[in-house]
Amino acid sequence: MKKLSEFSIGESGVIKSIVCEGRIKRRLFDMGVTPGAEVYLRKKAPLGDPIEVTIRGYELTLRKTEAECVNLEVKD
Amino acid sequence: MKRFALAGNPNCGKTTLFNALTGSTAHVGNWPGVTVDKKEGVYKKGSEPISIIDLPGIYSLSPYTPEEVVSRNYILDEKPDCVINIVDATNLERNLYLTTQVMEMDVPIVIALNMMDALEKQGDKIDEKELTKRLGVPVVKISALKGTGIQELMEKAIESSNEIRKGKTVLEGCEIWHLINDVRIALDGQDIENPLFHAIKLVENDEIEVAMHQNTIKMVEEFKKTFENELFGTDFEALVADARYKYISKYYSPLMSKKDKGVKLSKSDKADKVLTNKWVGIPIFLAILFAIFHLTFSENFLFLGGVLNDEWVSLSGTAFEGLFGSGEGLASPGVILFNLMDVITATISGWLGAGLESITSTPWVLGLVNDGILAGLCGVLSFVPQIIFLLLCLSILEDTGYMARVAFILDRIFRRFGVSGRAFIPMIMGFGCSIPAMVNTRTLADERERTLTIRAIPFFTCGAKLPILAAVTGAMAMAFNIGSADLITYALYVVGMAVAVITILIMRGTTQRGEIAPFIMELPAYHAPGFKGLMIHLWDKTKHYVKKVFTIILASTIIIWFVSNFRWDWTLISDPSQMNESILASVGKFMQPIFTPLGFGSQLGGLGWVFAVAAILGLIAKENVIAGFLTLASVILAMFTVQPDILVNAGVLSPEILSQIEALIASGEFGEEGYEVVAMIAATGIEWPGLISFIVFNMTTIPCFAAVATAKGELGKGKIKWTLLFWIATSFIASAITYVFCTMFATWSTWSIIVSIVIIALMVFAILGIRAYNEKRPLKSK
Repeated sequence: MKKLSEFSIGESGVIKSIVCEGRIKRRLFDMGVTPGAEVYLRKKAPLGDPIEVTIRGYELTLRKTEAECVNLEVKD
Repeated sequence: MKRFALAGNPNCGKTTLFNALTGSTAHVGNWPGVTVDKKEGVYKKGSEPISIIDLPGIYSLSPYTPEEVVSRNYILDEKPDCVINIVDATNLERNLYLTTQVMEMDVPIVIALNMMDALEKQGDKIDEKELTKRLGVPVVKISALKGTGIQELMEKAIESSNEIRKGKTVLEGCEIWHLINDVRIALDGQDIENPLFHAIKLVENDEIEVAMHQNTIKMVEEFKKTFENELFGTDFEALVADARYKYISKYYSPLMSKKDKGVKLSKSDKADKVLTNKWVGIPIFLAILFAIFHLTFSENFLFLGGVLNDEWVSLSGTAFEGLFGSGEGLASPGVILFNLMDVITATISGWLGAGLESITSTPWVLGLVNDGILAGLCGVLSFVPQIIFLLLCLSILEDTGYMARVAFILDRIFRRFGVSGRAFIPMIMGFGCSIPAMVNTRTLADERERTLTIRAIPFFTCGAKLPILAAVTGAMAMAFNIGSADLITYALYVVGMAVAVITILIMRGTTQRGEIAPFIMELPAYHAPGFKGLMIHLWDKTKHYVKKVFTIILASTIIIWFVSNFRWDWTLISDPSQMNESILASVGKFMQPIFTPLGFGSQLGGLGWVFAVAAILGLIAKENVIAGFLTLASVILAMFTVQPDILVNAGVLSPEILSQIEALIASGEFGEEGYEVVAMIAATGIEWPGLISFIVFNMTTIPCFAAVATAKGELGKGKIKWTLLFWIATSFIASAITYVFCTMFATWSTWSIIVSIVIIALMVFAILGIRAYNEKRPLKSK
């Protein structure tokens, strides 16, 4: 298990759980960040944060603080 | 007339479909959140006319952003005859997530599977017949951009609208279906419409629903006590969202067959590699921003001034002299557009003036039309093409999808100031016009962030303030011989942005304290801007400006002319030396002292009150500043050319200023444009620090009536009076500081240095003080 915020560029994994509360969680869910979804870390912004991931076939950007809520199982 | 509502995710092509259906001219951009209020149009190509409502793009029907609430309430309360749910076929899973929620309402639905052309180009396929079967609602393949499938879509929608449809859910069989069904039956018993939808939202603990159904929520509370899920606990909101996506991945996603594309990078990916690159991403953004302003304003395009032959550039001796360049260098496209329009308006007003003189010789009629109306209107109209050019550049940024990337690369920086990168998109839009920019803040989920952004938007100098900048800096460069006008203009844009940053920091530390809003945003694929869409958008904007010129600006110029040519006892001022007796002069002189600390108040002699008047007029519409200037300047000039000595003797002009104006006219260095403002500068004896401060005041004060009305609507209740106070305070402080600093540079006296140091020290102490105080005061968590 690894947090999405600890991923490096090019890594991918499957979401296992999302640990946070309220609005951020709801927003993540609405954008398709739910357990079982596959995530690929595409790139980081020029200053290292936020990050850009491919999920459910589209590009999503989120901050590291939000990515910290997302636990994944790393895929090779 | 039947009403069909268009609902779908942001950036799924809803607005394009709306335009294709109604032939309307709604603006299409390529970033999430272009439509933030619902729009209406009429579809006339079918058997009966149908009203089409374009709802804002949403990802879900949860109540977290104002636009989600707008869409949700529209479908629930206004009960459209059919909802056309647009689904981006290239992004099926996430788009169907909204579909599963809309399907729960008791309303006829048709799915428009959009962007089929793009999907098929990728080599992918969707089995839409099977999808129709599984969803239980008609699915029609369309391409809104190419206009294919639209007729069939409308036929299906009309067919569906004649039937009654009951809500259906994909949550049957999920762990809490039992609870949902019980709540549904309870709500149904209370004769509530859309019981299924409300039941699910109630179980999700949706704040709107909880407030609406106080009694029924108890059922949910009771149930929660007995329920436990190992992954979600009793977080039903998460459980429901998860169940939806699970269902979608299991039953809908397999209907799409993807061609294996390997690792080949798309064009969009390649562009993105450069534009959001670690090293050059931010420099590229700054370069693009600079290029936009350079293209719009520069009198020395591409900095070729020193290289090219002056006579060749300015086409001296030909009919086109000065149109495409001047002694300074080549003109940029924006300036060329201005020059062309200026020639056109000057020619037309010349004809009109001559035509009028052949009809009448009554002096006041001639004065009103020539000096009052024509001078003011032409002055503002001349700037319209240049403003539109600036809007074109900004629209291209929006259309291509680059704006979303700007938010992405700058979020880290903006977070330091207390706003997310997402809030920067409406701020950049503010360079075009504050009104759509303020409306756009609805895509921001956080209330405090919205307030901050709306208040800061006017500091991003809008198109209507462009004439003030261009005309005044241009005149300054001529009158005081200070370098190039371009540089002053760029610097002033930066000053505006600096004011935005400082005020945001202060508000974040005081009235708008709170955590920074989350930044979870879709990044759409880049695409080339659509020519047709761009032109439609610009044409709309042109109409908007021209309409404003012939209504509010026209009325203002007429009033200005009258009050500057009549005394309080309604007698016409025939003798120019009595200009200071006019109604406007007495009002202006009364107002003048407020602006003294800013450098354009009582310290100006003679006709100095015109600056006070122009600043006040600008509160109605910023175009009024220049329109008012030109009207007054032409009155002054008309008097001046007739009897300069009388003006001097009456104390309106000092002898030094008189000789200055004479020298300026004799030098012939300046063209038609800027001439009036130069005369104005000379006639009032204002110094350049006062002028800079005057521009800063106009840039940072209350924007205009229309923007104030918009802000009032967008801000929460009771916030507008504080916002107005905030704008007034900011403009006074910012321009007073500007004036002090500029005076220091101009005179370099010990006193000005001391005052500047004190000001800087006060500002630093204030910010540090707020910080220190806040550290002791923990944030209240929601």
